[in-house]
Amino acid sequence: MPVYFLRRVLAAIPVMLVVAVFVFLLLRLTPGDPAAIIAGDMATPDQLDRIRTTLGLNDPLHVQFVHWIGQLMRGDFGTSLISNQPVIHLVGDRMWPTIWIALITITLSVAVAVPMGVMAAWRHGSWIDHLVMTFSVLGFSIPVFVIGYLLIMVFAIDLKLLPVQGYIAPTKDFAGFLQRAILPAVTLSSIYIALIARMTRASLLDVLGEDYVRTARAKGLTEGRVLFRHALRNAAVPVMTVIGTGFALLISGVVVTESVFNIPGLGRLTVDSIFARDYPVIQALILLTAGIYVFVNLLIDLSYSFLDPRIRY
Amino acid sequence: MAENLLRGAFPLSTRALAERVGIAPMIAAAVLLLILLAAIFAPLIAPHDPIHQNPVMRLKPPSAEFWLGTDAYGRDLFSRVLYGARVSLIIGIGVTVLAVTLGLAIGLVSGFFRSADAVVMRIMDGLMAMPSVLLAIAIVSLMGASIWTVMAAITIPEIPRVVRLVRSIVLSAREEPYVEAAMSLGTSMPRILWRHLMPNTFAPLTVQATYVCASAILTEAILSFLGAGVSTETPTWGNIMAESRVYFRLMPSLILWPGLALSLCILSINLLGDAARDVLDPRMGKRED
Repeated sequence: MPVYFLRRVLAAIPVMLVVAVFVFLLLRLTPGDPAAIIAGDMATPDQLDRIRTTLGLNDPLHVQFVHWIGQLMRGDFGTSLISNQPVIHLVGDRMWPTIWIALITITLSVAVAVPMGVMAAWRHGSWIDHLVMTFSVLGFSIPVFVIGYLLIMVFAIDLKLLPVQGYIAPTKDFAGFLQRAILPAVTLSSIYIALIARMTRASLLDVLGEDYVRTARAKGLTEGRVLFRHALRNAAVPVMTVIGTGFALLISGVVVTESVFNIPGLGRLTVDSIFARDYPVIQALILLTAGIYVFVNLLIDLSYSFLDPRIRY
Repeated sequence: MAENLLRGAFPLSTRALAERVGIAPMIAAAVLLLILLAAIFAPLIAPHDPIHQNPVMRLKPPSAEFWLGTDAYGRDLFSRVLYGARVSLIIGIGVTVLAVTLGLAIGLVSGFFRSADAVVMRIMDGLMAMPSVLLAIAIVSLMGASIWTVMAAITIPEIPRVVRLVRSIVLSAREEPYVEAAMSLGTSMPRILWRHLMPNTFAPLTVQATYVCASAILTEAILSFLGAGVSTETPTWGNIMAESRVYFRLMPSLILWPGLALSLCILSINLLGDAARDVLDPRMGKRED
């Protein structure tokens, strides 16, 4: 186990290196002068010089890369070209709304999707099954921003139950936070629920025919116990995998959802930086999200042996 | 040869197909055909010029002249939604062709040559770790927005998924006796890849292609919606929705109609993909159904 653990952690390094190289080259290989691209058409020669110096664009490529990686290692993600603040502060300021909403989304998704998938597999071929599968296809197909606006229309404008947009920190006003976070979280979770429910169902259908499930039933265990303790545990690995790979969808969804609901989180920061051509911030955000994705999937990989004792490394 | 291969991959007649997959994919195919025809013949069907501004007629409710009403510039929403199908389909088809072709080539090489495999797969892992929407908006904002840069920006994050699929098929197929036989007969490498390994990928790739297409159309709409897609002068479903955000309370239909068109389009493609998977991959079909 420790050897596998170490190997798996080490394997994440080349992946992150590829991400870093890609993010680095993205700006440098773009046709034209990167400084001019960032500064836009109205830039003065002074501004161009300043951008070249801050990004080190005057050095040869490999020198720039080594220098940049060195800075990253020291936790220096550069300085915003617009606000002149260290990128790490900007990210620190904006990450909490995103983290809170992501946490609610994941909890909500798992809490809803797993029972949905279990029910569908248990009553395989029944109307429950068809309902779950229909919901799942719809969840995949209706874009998050369409769902977002539909929810705003029904719950905020027509029924006037919830505020339309905005964000309040949970530490300030927890009820106000919940009122504003529930629609974005439901919006974000639609695709995640679809993904997890579908995989739970498929994975459970695979194990329901196994001998140990029959044995569990023969022992006279309640159906709930058979399904959740015996079957679901054995079906958990593919479900965990899809929670991990689906994390990429969640990150993309955050960008759109925060835009729809006007939430000052990392997603909005991304969109704002892209329009402002604030390249150091864009670089840092792509690196950060890729890092989170790799880390989440690493954790999930390592959780397999806890979930399923048959898996040993 | 290609015809035989296709027949091998799609062994059922239309009628048998309908019995096997049910009614939903048939409806999906009809909807998709309708969207395709609407996109091709948009100039003939559209009652108004989709970019003609008419300030007097701004934000009008549906009427005999403007079937779905008008937007904030007095443009006809129905005509704009109709034209919007064009960009979505061009991007959907273009990205699918590009991503499948490139992914197939890279996957074949990576699956067959051990030496290339490690490097290629690390690059693919890296690409997959970056959220596709973020990557695409970053590329578009740097390269400038045109339909071609948008297509390229959406294609790049889609490639790794195709590569992984092709590689896994090649990895198991290369151990088959017929490949070993071909190798011992001295068949050239390109010929083994082309004649013996590639046909194995056709059925799963057909399924994967539908998902790539759906995902590409979705990503394009997100890019347009965020303002990082093709120029706002071009009517796309995402652009129409983005422009209408401010007027959402006043006229929700400005967002709902393009949203409905987009959702129907993606839903149809996904349903066709699921049906293709049931037909082409009986093992998975049994498990999922």
